[in-house]
Amino acid sequence: MSTQASRSAARLMISPSVILLFLWMAVPLGMTIWFSFQRYNLLMPGQGGFVGWDNYYYFLTDPAFFTALINTLVLVGGVLLITVFGGILLALLLDQPIFGQGIVRVLVIAPFFVMPTVSALVWKNMLYNPVNGIFAYLAKAIGLQPYDFLAHAPMLSITIIVAWQWLPFATLILLTALQSLDSEQLEAAEMDGAGALSRFFYIMLPHLARAATVVILIQTIFLLSTFAEILVTTNGGPGNASTTLTYLVYVQSLLQFDVGGGAAGGVIAVILANIVAIFLMRMIGKNLEA
Amino acid sequence: MARKISNRRRVIMSVIAWALAFVIFFPILWTIILSFKTEGNAIKAPWDVLTSSWTFDSYHVVQERSNYFRHFMNSVVISFGSTLLALVIAIPSAWAMAFVPGKRTKDVLMWMLSTKMMPAVGVLVPIYLMFRDWGLLDTRTGLVIVLCLMNLPIVIWMLFTYFKEIPKDILEAARMDGATLGGEILYVLTPMAVPGIASTLLLNVILAWNEAFWTLNLTAAKAAPLTAFIAAYSSPEGLFYAKLSAASTLAIAPILILGWFSQKQLVRGLTFGAVK
Repeated sequence: MSTQASRSAARLMISPSVILLFLWMAVPLGMTIWFSFQRYNLLMPGQGGFVGWDNYYYFLTDPAFFTALINTLVLVGGVLLITVFGGILLALLLDQPIFGQGIVRVLVIAPFFVMPTVSALVWKNMLYNPVNGIFAYLAKAIGLQPYDFLAHAPMLSITIIVAWQWLPFATLILLTALQSLDSEQLEAAEMDGAGALSRFFYIMLPHLARAATVVILIQTIFLLSTFAEILVTTNGGPGNASTTLTYLVYVQSLLQFDVGGGAAGGVIAVILANIVAIFLMRMIGKNLEA
Repeated sequence: MARKISNRRRVIMSVIAWALAFVIFFPILWTIILSFKTEGNAIKAPWDVLTSSWTFDSYHVVQERSNYFRHFMNSVVISFGSTLLALVIAIPSAWAMAFVPGKRTKDVLMWMLSTKMMPAVGVLVPIYLMFRDWGLLDTRTGLVIVLCLMNLPIVIWMLFTYFKEIPKDILEAARMDGATLGGEILYVLTPMAVPGIASTLLLNVILAWNEAFWTLNLTAAKAAPLTAFIAAYSSPEGLFYAKLSAASTLAIAPILILGWFSQKQLVRGLTFGAVK
């Protein structure tokens, strides 16, 4: 039904978003790449100039970079582990006929809608705090010493906060996938004598694999940019014990005013994110044809 | 399901599910409880907190001392402003791609999605400098623009998946029955498109409301939305648990309610239609 006229009208309707998104992506990214080869410190105006790969060299050889890379992997890996396994278990549980299913679902999903600064501060003060936090009272109640979570295990503590925020997302998507499973298939398997475990491993798990992949990829994209949770709990500390790549770039560019170095870090972050993105795009692209 | 489930199993499952749901919801529940306590009572042992008296004081204090309402309005303006702007740009695009698909529609869609994959930190420096030079730092306008562009790919994708489901035959049927083009749009298409547009609006308002990278980096005092306002409690003075709880409860309550209505759209929107 598409005529020549309707096609050119369509092009006209699409172009504003294409142009805007192109500008939004290309201009700042181009500037970041440009800055990354410049000596550019906001505190030292007039000392500019092309420095080749120096910014990359300094950023990559800074011991803080290695720490940040490890911390980023710990955060992303830890959150993925907790949310995918926890999500599968919760989804299986919520798929059962239980009393008040709707309310349980609503309670489980709630953390996803809490803004990052609120969840980080609530965990930091009301739960983790070694004097007034709930965990400290619980520890004392069973005769243990209160533990200063954010000072002694900052990455673990932040990982738990972020996992708490993303568990609902994983659960919701896996539950949606689970509910689209053909129940006749399960019944047929049961008739043929398949036990609950083999039904789970041979029918449900393969069915969930796709949804789990989507969860992993999408969360990775968002998790690589985790920022607020670190800013309000530890400020990347103690030392740089909880500094991730995103946070390191923020410190370098907006706190130390080293635009060139920060830009080099930004380019590295973009490259890492793109490796993940390629896999995600393939998955979604495949789905578009189906 | 046709299978019979024993009552005992159902009870056991229910108890486990409710217990887990309670643990997961607990941090939010506790925040709400503390917001109705005095500062002195809020730091007592949990069992003493529960038995202490209830009060609205913290809510009054938060509003009086920090002009909470202004930050709340900043959040409203920024999240609704950026989403509405994105909708205005996205509706024609998604419409055209769904109803007049060309050879490269799929490539365009995938490319739009790829812009979402760029980590914000990769463009933090140039955006910050541009905002500084153009006087957009700490303005609502600046944040509306940034959040609009940030969520535009999701908005287009969500609208596209909804529009694609509108059967095209219905247009021909309407035309057969003598509907004019205006009548077609007004009486046939709009009613079918509105639910999709509403869901898109809802999910993206939630995303913009909770966005905490750009809102923290590009605002100071004037245009700070609730995300940035709450972050100021990370270096507090004196007792602040009750005030933090009151401010937090007010900040999350509207979005919690909106969010519970949008569970289904959430899955669809955030997986770009890969899981429905």
